[in-house]
Amino acid sequence: MEEQLKIDFEKKLKDFSYSDQEKKFKETNFKEFLKQGFPNRKLENWKFSDLNQIIKNNIGELTFYNDYKKENQIDKIELIRELEHNRIIIVDGKIEKIDFKFEEKDKIEVLDEQGEETIKENINSLINLNNAFSNKFCKIIIKKNYSLKKPLVIYHSTNKNTQSKNTNSRIDFKLEENACLRIIDIFKDNSEKNFLNIYYNFELDKSSILKNYKIDKSINNNVKYSYNNVKQQANSISETFILSSGSKFFKNEINCDLLGQHSSAFVNGIFDLDDENHHEIKSNINHLVENTKSYQLVKSVLEKKSKAVYQGKIFVSSEAQKTDGYQLSNAILLSENSEFNAKPELEIYADDVKCSHGSSSGSLDENSIFYLMSRGLNYKEAKKLLINGFLLDVIEKITDEEIKNLIKDLLGVKE
Amino acid sequence: MRDKQIEDLKDYKYGFSTDIENFKAPKGLNEDVIKFISNIKKEPQWLLDWRLKAFERLKVLKEPDWQKPKYPKIDYQDLYYYSAPKSFKDKPKSLDELDPKLLETYQKLGIPLNEQKRLNGIAVDAVFDSVSVATTFKETLTKQGIIFCSISEAVQKHPELVKKYLGTVIPLTDHFFATLNSAVFTDGSFVYIPPGVRCPMELSTYFRINASDTGQFERTLIIADKGSYVSYLEGCTAPMRDENQLHAANVELIALDDAEIKYSTVQNWYPGDKDGIGGIYNFVTKRGLCKGKNSKISWTQVETGSAITWKYPSCILKGDNSIGEFYSIAITNNHQKADTGTKMIHLGKNTKSKIISKGISAGFSDMTYRGLVDISPKATNSNNFTQCDSLLMGNKCGAHTVPYIKNKNSDSNIAHEATTSKISEEQLHYCQQRGLNPEEAVGLIVNGFCKEVLQQLPMEFAVEAQKLVGISLEGSVG
Repeated sequence: MEEQLKIDFEKKLKDFSYSDQEKKFKETNFKEFLKQGFPNRKLENWKFSDLNQIIKNNIGELTFYNDYKKENQIDKIELIRELEHNRIIIVDGKIEKIDFKFEEKDKIEVLDEQGEETIKENINSLINLNNAFSNKFCKIIIKKNYSLKKPLVIYHSTNKNTQSKNTNSRIDFKLEENACLRIIDIFKDNSEKNFLNIYYNFELDKSSILKNYKIDKSINNNVKYSYNNVKQQANSISETFILSSGSKFFKNEINCDLLGQHSSAFVNGIFDLDDENHHEIKSNINHLVENTKSYQLVKSVLEKKSKAVYQGKIFVSSEAQKTDGYQLSNAILLSENSEFNAKPELEIYADDVKCSHGSSSGSLDENSIFYLMSRGLNYKEAKKLLINGFLLDVIEKITDEEIKNLIKDLLGVKE
Repeated sequence: MRDKQIEDLKDYKYGFSTDIENFKAPKGLNEDVIKFISNIKKEPQWLLDWRLKAFERLKVLKEPDWQKPKYPKIDYQDLYYYSAPKSFKDKPKSLDELDPKLLETYQKLGIPLNEQKRLNGIAVDAVFDSVSVATTFKETLTKQGIIFCSISEAVQKHPELVKKYLGTVIPLTDHFFATLNSAVFTDGSFVYIPPGVRCPMELSTYFRINASDTGQFERTLIIADKGSYVSYLEGCTAPMRDENQLHAANVELIALDDAEIKYSTVQNWYPGDKDGIGGIYNFVTKRGLCKGKNSKISWTQVETGSAITWKYPSCILKGDNSIGEFYSIAITNNHQKADTGTKMIHLGKNTKSKIISKGISAGFSDMTYRGLVDISPKATNSNNFTQCDSLLMGNKCGAHTVPYIKNKNSDSNIAHEATTSKISEEQLHYCQQRGLNPEEAVGLIVNGFCKEVLQQLPMEFAVEAQKLVGISLEGSVG
């Protein structure tokens, strides 16, 4: 694979007119990735899955260079009709379209120059890979006191002919003081056996609000990895919701640094898995100052040979007194071959805190099914009703009504 | 009165060392030392081969480094692997022949070695440095067919039992410290309870490290045959020394059909001084195998000592309907560090496990609960309940919870909950209002916090443990 990587990286550098600074940035990241390779089980964060193996089994030989000269099918992407929205369309990792048609033009700025500070980051080898192979830098700034009228939908798509490719995309966001942004990530997979690597960087200034909804619903054979890096200043709020369902493998990592007082982070997720799908959520909430709050809720419904992993970590530094941290994960295993693994972790260095976590996994409650069946439902209906109620808990946590309804429709969950 | 008691106990009460001439093996870890140990113990060839096999394996093993508390590299060539009081070269036949200084030491420790003290009703096997000193109440036990002796004695007298079970729970191919123990273990206790016998008294072992530069590597093997029951206690102390001492013991429990083993530990090794200098490295491997149907193994531990505690008493629930339990209190103060927890591995049908862990950290210490619950696809209808609570005192210490939860069976349930908090001002205020001073109030609240675990201990130990909880936290409030 190393040979392939080197060839593809050379091609990549020739294709775009990168500045010297960018070139240097890409080269350092590329070297770092070559050194570390894909993450394996030896790393604590990847204890339950071996990405190398997953790529081998589902994709085979992976190539890293994408030729964007070919005709792309941006117009054929099916858009959401239920909801008026701004959009960004990404095809094979390249941002093809940025369209904020519902917003005031001077309130949103799109930058393509990379700042100094981004150069030093070193998070994990997949981010190195992303930085080495992603295209032109893109940073979206929401100006002070501006709240977007319509949500921003980011479509992640692949061309029909793209196969066994690794695609990398990265977008940086900055929300200035009091700004508000809602993002929905939607996956439109037109081809199979690709490895999508997505990296978002968020800077939340004072009192800004970010809501990010990731929806992976349609069934596809792709392997996906997504990393959200959120830095929050005082009074800011971040809400992340993950619906993890359709892909063959999907790992979502959320890293939240609560840097300002009274900032809060919410991470909610649903695993709705079937067949041999294997999905993971890894969260890292770092409470670094006083009076911060975090809340995490993850529920899983696992069919057939599916496997879900939830690794949630709450870190409280010794300065972060009066922290309120909560974490809960529940799983229902519906088949004897399904598997649920959890690692809810607390690392606490301050004493005046309220931190707790809970985790449970098991089968559907026989008594509840009996109760419903004695009232005239058949087994299938009873099961559906129970799962419906189980998942509704998480969906009710979504604070945006419009999007909540959209997700309810998608999942077929009723109130 | 109480003040005086505290004054007496404030410093490590067991910090004396006994001036006895020691007989040591040459320093260092090599085949010759292993042969030396084996030779001096007059061991049969199979055991020597077994040790050497472990040593071969040890050469390729790496010391694990994933644990939270880091420690300076141990130079395994700079340790004595065998140390025995010199007068022991010809083993004493009865208590009367024991070195009076030794007896004095045990009296200081409060161990009822003297058979006169029958009131206590505890059979004791005392291990001093590397050698088992004396076992009491032998006659009463022999009548029932119970074997309770040092493992070296068992090798001589009951080789068939030792050969059959040694290394079946902790195999030679296990991790670094367990394998190190297999290669150089010196002594320890051996218990065999015949079928259908309910052991009439608590069996107990006291471990003491006396000589400096010595590692203590004892090996305990407990076998409960069909339908039997035994409750076993273990206590540990060591003198105060500036350097760190290594303690890497292996404990293997085997419960056959319908048998029950209850294993309680009150660990009070020397924790090092206030600045974290000295103290014992307590790297122990404890594992129980519920081999038969309806068997039960229950671990109870009170961990207050050691500079670093790093151990996970585990249960392998192999037999159908077997039960594993783990009750733990871990207290760290000053610069102590602990990384402890349990593993519950469900293999049989209808197996149940329960984990109650209470961690308290104060001063500059660091406490980690690390646990694994693994329900395999064949362990239908299994259940686990885990509760781990941590209490923090001050903002210089840390409390961490790292549970691994794996469920591969849809008919099984796992429930896990954990909390971390401090003693609330309201509780303290309430107690003080009623006339308790702050330290007493904290002691009372902490004892309440630990109650679920303390209740599991046998009577005599419960009282000792309760005191220990109070002492360990001296000076951490205010």
